[in-house]
Amino acid sequence: MLPDEMKTQLEQKIAATDHPRELVVDVIFAMQDHYGYLSDAAVTEAAALVGMTTVEVDELATFYPFIYREPVGRYVIHVCDSVVCWMGGHESLQNHLMQRLGIAMGETTADGLFTLLPVCCIGYCDRAPAILINKKVYGELTPEKLDGIIARLRDEAGA
Amino acid sequence: MMDTPQVLFKNRHVDRIATRDEYEAGGGYEALKRVLAEEARDEVQAAIKEALLLGRGGAAFPMGIKLSTVAEDAPFPRYLVCNADEMEPGTFKDRVLLHTDPHQLIEGMVLAAFAIQAAKGIVFIRPEYENAARILEREVALARKAGYLGEKILGSEFSFDIDVHRSGGRYICGEVTAQLNALMGRRPNPQQPPPYPTESGLWGQPTVLQNVETLCCVPHIVRNGATWFKGLALTEAGAGTKIFPVSGRVNRPGCYELPMGIRLSAIIEEHAGGMLPGSEFKACLPGGASTRFLTREHYDIPMDFASLKEAGHRLGTGAIMVFDHKTCMVAATLNLMEFFTRESCGWCTPCREGLPYIRDMLRRIENGRGEEGFIPILEQMSRQLWNAYCAFAPGAVSPLESLLTFFGDEVREHISARKCPFGNAPGGPSDNR
Repeated sequence: MLPDEMKTQLEQKIAATDHPRELVVDVIFAMQDHYGYLSDAAVTEAAALVGMTTVEVDELATFYPFIYREPVGRYVIHVCDSVVCWMGGHESLQNHLMQRLGIAMGETTADGLFTLLPVCCIGYCDRAPAILINKKVYGELTPEKLDGIIARLRDEAGA
Repeated sequence: MMDTPQVLFKNRHVDRIATRDEYEAGGGYEALKRVLAEEARDEVQAAIKEALLLGRGGAAFPMGIKLSTVAEDAPFPRYLVCNADEMEPGTFKDRVLLHTDPHQLIEGMVLAAFAIQAAKGIVFIRPEYENAARILEREVALARKAGYLGEKILGSEFSFDIDVHRSGGRYICGEVTAQLNALMGRRPNPQQPPPYPTESGLWGQPTVLQNVETLCCVPHIVRNGATWFKGLALTEAGAGTKIFPVSGRVNRPGCYELPMGIRLSAIIEEHAGGMLPGSEFKACLPGGASTRFLTREHYDIPMDFASLKEAGHRLGTGAIMVFDHKTCMVAATLNLMEFFTRESCGWCTPCREGLPYIRDMLRRIENGRGEEGFIPILEQMSRQLWNAYCAFAPGAVSPLESLLTFFGDEVREHISARKCPFGNAPGGPSDNR
């Protein structure tokens, strides 16, 4: 269950609109921020808040790449694999990441720190190859730069 | 390069966003003050129509005509949606515009809303642009405080406000009707008209949807006039400036505001710093992933909607992705097909089933397992995908069709040599078989 304060905040936001379901993605994101991912229980909770069925919510949750229906790591790394980043060496970058973290695309490291996911063009083609980590962009990447970023995040997490 | 008139990028700074004060000091919100005081609603519509302002999001539909399809007696409330989804690969102009001068967009939205008497505006923005969403929320609040948004704007009878709506991602959300479904908390499938959104869009009400860059042009047109706007272009058919996001094998990838109708060669050589050392121009996609490859033959083509159309191409979003002589066009097209296959919403059969089929054939060709017989099948399929439900599939097959037309020899070389002549190793991540 959501903490009361958070639930009240969402309810107020929903009460202020004529069309509660227009807020469904916002509500899902709020749940995801709180729980770390969108669990089955969270789907039910979100549906009740905006007056939709759980199937309707799940239909969206499974459609959008930034909504996670399974647990993800503390840092979700979205690797851009569209054509400009591909030209800029995305494949070797992605291989490097998988090797360094010891996981395949779509997996999470055993320590729960990192999840690797593919994503289509993120709109930073001027800084290709680029990735997002928790929606923050990192561009003009090289394997060395990536190692530095991963090391910093590990430090930040105290791992 | 500096003598190119900067209109949308007038207040562009290297590392910060222009403030409301700066925007006002450059004449910002003047147009809005005047038309509200003069109740010059018809003038706004007329100026946009006369300026030949074509939609900058890819479809190039004339904004003036779109506004006039909202009937005089259309029901209220009416909505204005600003498409800041920008998911067309290679395109990053709207992001730069939002990070440059957000009040330009806000004024453009108020003016467009005034023209159709819309009460509510919504900016639909992709999750990758979370920073831009926050900037907009902050600046919208500042504009509201200054009286440019909210009840009875600047003491007039007109009320209008803006909300920022975050998307969950997915390319199809850039399609007008899919975006409206997304805004209503529905699965973002496209919806074939009629009814057109200008009759029955968001919540069944009249809705006009415009791209960020298009809306950013509006304050300048209303302030300086249609003749001035048309005069910005280098070609008779063009109007205004265009923000060209350039990426790929060039020295200075980035966003350049240049006159509509500027030659492709000038964009690449004079503005984007020319090709990378050791690289020669082979082809480019002139307006995002859903346009056809432009080859050396069109290196000097004037970049405006009409000139490209005449040459059998599309300007799309104006996002120029440059490929060099060392790039395998089969592999590049395969990458684009991976993108379209993944992003298809799955609603209609030709798109859902056709794209993976094409992708698999290209994969086999790239990995040395292609057959001569694949080529006519691919040609046939690229024609048949035009029967899909929305514009997604015809866009998706544009690079494929142009690959077969302009780089047929390269495709055949893959097949006869049973390997990629560029030495791309099979068995990489894109070889899932």
